Amino acid sequence: MADKILKELTLKIWRQKDAQSKGKFESYQINNISGGTSFLEMLDILNEELISKGTEPVAFDHDCREGICGMCSMFIDGRAHGPDDDITTCQLHMRKFEDGATITIEPWRAGAFPVIKDLMVDRTAFEKILQAGGYISVNTGGVPDGNAIPISQDDAEEAMDAAACIGCGACVATCKNSSAMLFVSAKVSHLAKLPQGRVEATRRAKSMVAKMDELGFGNCTNTGACQVECPKGISIANIARLNREFLSATIKE
Amino acid sequence: MSSFLSSSIGKKLIMSLSGIFLVVFVLVHLILNSFLLFDSTGELFNAGAHFMSLPVIRFGLQPVLFGGFIIHIIYAITLTLQNMKARPQKYAVQNLSNSSTWSSRNMFVLGGLVLVFLAMHLMHFFIKMQITGEVPTTMLNGEEVHNGAKLVKDLFTTGTLGLVYTCLYVLGAILLGLHLSHGFWSAFQSIGFSNNIWRKRLEKVSYFYAFFIAAGFTIIPLYLHFFAK
Repeated sequence: MADKILKELTLKIWRQKDAQSKGKFESYQINNISGGTSFLEMLDILNEELISKGTEPVAFDHDCREGICGMCSMFIDGRAHGPDDDITTCQLHMRKFEDGATITIEPWRAGAFPVIKDLMVDRTAFEKILQAGGYISVNTGGVPDGNAIPISQDDAEEAMDAAACIGCGACVATCKNSSAMLFVSAKVSHLAKLPQGRVEATRRAKSMVAKMDELGFGNCTNTGACQVECPKGISIANIARLNREFLSATIKE
Repeated sequence: MSSFLSSSIGKKLIMSLSGIFLVVFVLVHLILNSFLLFDSTGELFNAGAHFMSLPVIRFGLQPVLFGGFIIHIIYAITLTLQNMKARPQKYAVQNLSNSSTWSSRNMFVLGGLVLVFLAMHLMHFFIKMQITGEVPTTMLNGEEVHNGAKLVKDLFTTGTLGLVYTCLYVLGAILLGLHLSHGFWSAFQSIGFSNNIWRKRLEKVSYFYAFFIAAGFTIIPLYLHFFAK
């Protein structure tokens, strides 16, 4: 079957020169886009056209283009990573859109994620939260035996499910409060479920939450929108675990 | 401890504990009101209302209840202001209807409307019965007590205003139900008592509880307005 061709699309894209400037929407026409084109490839085509016309191309973040790096932060038609489930923007294809459609493309909106340029935002805040405690301290030495510490299958699976978080920020972008709780809870959970992570669990929960609050993310109101838009399907059960970890850390102190 | 109370999770814990306390209060309130349905003479209700105005409850439990409301409201305002500040620039297009429930996104608005209703409700009954005392009296077991049942019936049956108040109380019940449908399970999530299995169970209990409360508080004014002339 021949691929669907989108003869004409209108793109309403947020353009902002730099962090200090006030941005605005610009509209662009793009023609004859195949349904098999990925969303980022469509933007590449647009940028080629813009460059050939001598205009500034649209700046957007992207890296692996296979759904594992989490760079391609875009809010498309009112949803993080666009109108499809469990995907990043690079995994979104143009067949999801209708011919003649107007597509609105915005950067992640959160005080803690300032816009750098156009659709690119600064997600250093996530790195700062990780630096506050999202790690385990292991002294160097010989490689430990793989099965020296027995871990139940269920715990290993839950830890892996939480570790699937790629730190893309779709949870913050989607949350009506710009809360980073899903991200922080995933990072706390994947260590909390493993014995290696338990050693520093108390300190971790407290310092990561303190850093999250300090950076100006909002408070979780349990709407659950984050888990729906998360490209990796991270569950808000992790948020309940983070709450438990944080409360027990407070009691222990 | 102060860092705990100023943290986002600490504030959420206070929201959820005060919320659960109010959830319990609402149930007690509904049980007491339901006496109006089971005894048309109003004696049962008056006995209940009389018990609720005993000094131990008036001066022991009532301040705790008011405290619960005030804490819940103050923290709701604090958290909501912080949440608004966390996104200085809004999206031009945002579609959350597929990923979250309407009530979960509008808890502050729903809570605010319930508060407006509560103010009117307090003026109708609480202030009259417990402060100004401008209430008809009746004899109960040889003791003169407030005839709360008459006060309630009069409100819902007198003239056109009776119909207006009936509608307003039904609306109040629906708003409260919507608020509870998210608030109930959300409170357990904030405490940390939830996982993938329990969240689904708690959500079901939450919807059932919210429906039960809303239906209960809807039926009483409707019954009084239409059947208890």
